[in-house]
Amino acid sequence: MLEIALKGSKTYYAWILALLAIIGMGFLLYMWQLQYGLGITGLSRDVSWGFYIANFTYLVGVAAGGVMVVLPYYLHDYKAYGRITVLGEFLAIAALVVCLLLIFVDLGQPMRGLNVMLYPTPNSVLFWDAMVLNGYLLLNLIVGWNVMEAERNGIHYQKWLKPLIYLSIPFAVSIHTVTAFLYSGLPGRGFWLTAILAPRFLSSAFAAGPALLILLCLFIRNTTKFDPGKKQIQTLGITVAYAICINVFFFLCEIFVVFYSQMPEHMDHFIYLFFGLKGYNSMVPWMWSSMALMVIGIILTVNPATRKNEVTLAVACVVIIFGTWIDKALGMIAGGFVPNPLHEVHEYVPTLPEIGITIGVYAIGALVLTVLYKMAVGVKEEVRA
Amino acid sequence: MESSRRRFMKMAGIAAVGLSAQPVIKAVAAAPTNGTHSLQKGPKALIGSQWAMVIDTRRFKTERDVAPLIEACHKTHNVPHFSDRRHEIKWLWETHFHNAFPDIVNPHMSEEAEHRPYLVLCNHCENPPCVRACPTKATFKRQSDGIVVMDMHRCIGCRFCMAACPYGARSFNFRDPRQGLVEKEMNPQYPTRMKGVVEKCNFCSERLSEGLMPACVEASKGAIVFGDLRDPNSEVRRVLRENFTIRRKSGLGTEPCVYYIV
Repeated sequence: MLEIALKGSKTYYAWILALLAIIGMGFLLYMWQLQYGLGITGLSRDVSWGFYIANFTYLVGVAAGGVMVVLPYYLHDYKAYGRITVLGEFLAIAALVVCLLLIFVDLGQPMRGLNVMLYPTPNSVLFWDAMVLNGYLLLNLIVGWNVMEAERNGIHYQKWLKPLIYLSIPFAVSIHTVTAFLYSGLPGRGFWLTAILAPRFLSSAFAAGPALLILLCLFIRNTTKFDPGKKQIQTLGITVAYAICINVFFFLCEIFVVFYSQMPEHMDHFIYLFFGLKGYNSMVPWMWSSMALMVIGIILTVNPATRKNEVTLAVACVVIIFGTWIDKALGMIAGGFVPNPLHEVHEYVPTLPEIGITIGVYAIGALVLTVLYKMAVGVKEEVRA
Repeated sequence: MESSRRRFMKMAGIAAVGLSAQPVIKAVAAAPTNGTHSLQKGPKALIGSQWAMVIDTRRFKTERDVAPLIEACHKTHNVPHFSDRRHEIKWLWETHFHNAFPDIVNPHMSEEAEHRPYLVLCNHCENPPCVRACPTKATFKRQSDGIVVMDMHRCIGCRFCMAACPYGARSFNFRDPRQGLVEKEMNPQYPTRMKGVVEKCNFCSERLSEGLMPACVEASKGAIVFGDLRDPNSEVRRVLRENFTIRRKSGLGTEPCVYYIV
C-alpha cells in the first residue's frame, strides 16, 4: 500500500520536502546536544524535566484520544465511524512515534536506552510506560494496516484481528494512566501527588485527540476526494464537548481540595502557576490563557449552534488543543518542579535549540502522519471510485 | 518439504520468543546468584548493616564552619564546579533551616538556630523513592550496608530519580564534568563521571571499604557522627539516645538515615 504515498501532487511533495528540511534542522541541533550534553537546554537540577517530557505527556494524550473513534465503532457498533477509525489509529501511530522520540532525545545517555529492556525493573513506572507505549504502537500498526488492506481488497478483515482490536481499547487507557503514574506516585511533589491526575490526563486526552482528528477530517475533505463525513465530525464534536467539560470539572475538583485544605505543599505550586511565587511569575499569563481557552472551547462545543457550524467547531478545536497543551504540557512540568523540594523557586524557560529539537521531532510525526493518511485516503478514494 | 519448512519456521519462532523472554523471566523469578559475583571485603573495611549519620548543627555557626566539609567531599569525589547555576553539581551543600525543613519551620524560632547553616545531602533512605523510580536499577539500595549507590555505567540519564527524590539530593551532568575540574586538583583515587548521568552523595562507600570514615565526617572534627544504625552499641545510636534529633520530611515515609541535632 505504501506505493500510494509515493504518488502525489507538487504541493504534496513540497510539503514532504519542507518536513524533511525541518527534520534535518532538528537532527543537526540534536547532534549538538549529543556532543555538548543536555546543558544546551534550559533544564537544571531543580527543573530536571522540561519541554521534551512536557510535549511527550501531551502527545501520549493525543495517541490515547484515537480510541474515541475505535471504541464506539467496535464496541457499540456505531457504523458511521467505520469510515474514520483508521484515521484515529494512524493518528495514534504518528503521536506515539513522536512520544518515543521525545523520550529518546530527553535521555542523557541515549545509546544506553535499551537498558530499560536489558534490566527490566517492574517497580519502575518508566519501565511500564515503555512497555505500554510500544505495545500500543504495535497494536495500532497491526490493526490499522490490516484493516486498511482488507478494505482495499474488498474483504472483511481477518478474524484474528478482533481480539487485538479489543485489546487496543484498554491499552489506550493504560498508556495515559501509566504516564500519569510517572508523576502522581512521587512523594514530596505535592502538585502531582493526586489521584485525579490520571483521570485529568485522560479527560484532556479525549478532548485534544478528537479535536485534532476533527481538524484533520476537515482538512482531508477540503483537499481530497474522500469525505470523512458530516455526521462523523459532529459525533466527534460531542465527544470533545463532554471531554473538555469533564477535564475542567476534574481540574476544579483539584483546585477545591488544594485551596480548601490550605496545605502549602500542595497549594504553593498552584499559587506559583496562577499568581506567581516570591516574585517569579512567568507562567501566570500562560495559565490564565489556558483557562480562558478551555472555557471558550466549552462554550463553542456545548452550544449546538456553534458546534454544528463547522467553522466555529474548527475554531473550538484549535482553542481546545492550545488550551489543553498549555495546561498539560507547560503547566504540568513547571507546576510540578516549582517550587523545588527545598522550597526554592528556580524557573525554567526552554532554550531555542531545545524548542528546535522538539519541532524536529514533531516534523517526524507529521511526516509519518502524512504518509499514513495519504495511504488511507488513497485507499478510500480507490474503493469509492 | 513444505510442511517441514513451516515447522522449522514455527520452532524458530517459538525459540526466538523464548530467548527474548529470558530477561523478563530473570526479573520476575530471579535465581539467587550467591558466590559467583560477590566482592571480597577488604581487611580494614568498616562493616555496618545500615549506615547513618547524625549532624550536630549546633557546632556549625557560620558558612566558614561548613565550607571545609563541602570542599573535602567535593575534592574527594571530583565534583565539578560550574558557574552556571543550571549545570551545578552538588553532593553536600549548606542551606537555610526553612529550606532544609520546609515542613517544620516555625514562626519566631530561635534566631541562632534559624541562622545556622544546615548541611544537606543524600539521606540514604531506608525506603528510597529514587530506587523505586529507576527503570534500569542503576540506582539501588545496597543490601550489605544500606547505602543508596549508583552504577554510573548503567544510568541512562532519564532523571526519573531526580523527580522522585523529595530532598533535591541528585544532580545531573548537563555537560562534560571534566570541564569543571582542575586537572592538578583532581583525586586520582576516585573516577570522574561522564556527561548525561545522574550523581549524588555515596556516603563515601569507597572510603568505608578501606576503613576510613566519610570525608565530611573526617573534616567535621567530631560534629558529625557516622555509624551503624542497626548496632545498639554504635556511636550513632549512643548520640541518638542522648539527643533529640529531627529528620528531613520524615512524614513522607522514606526513613532518611541522616539525623540532625538542632
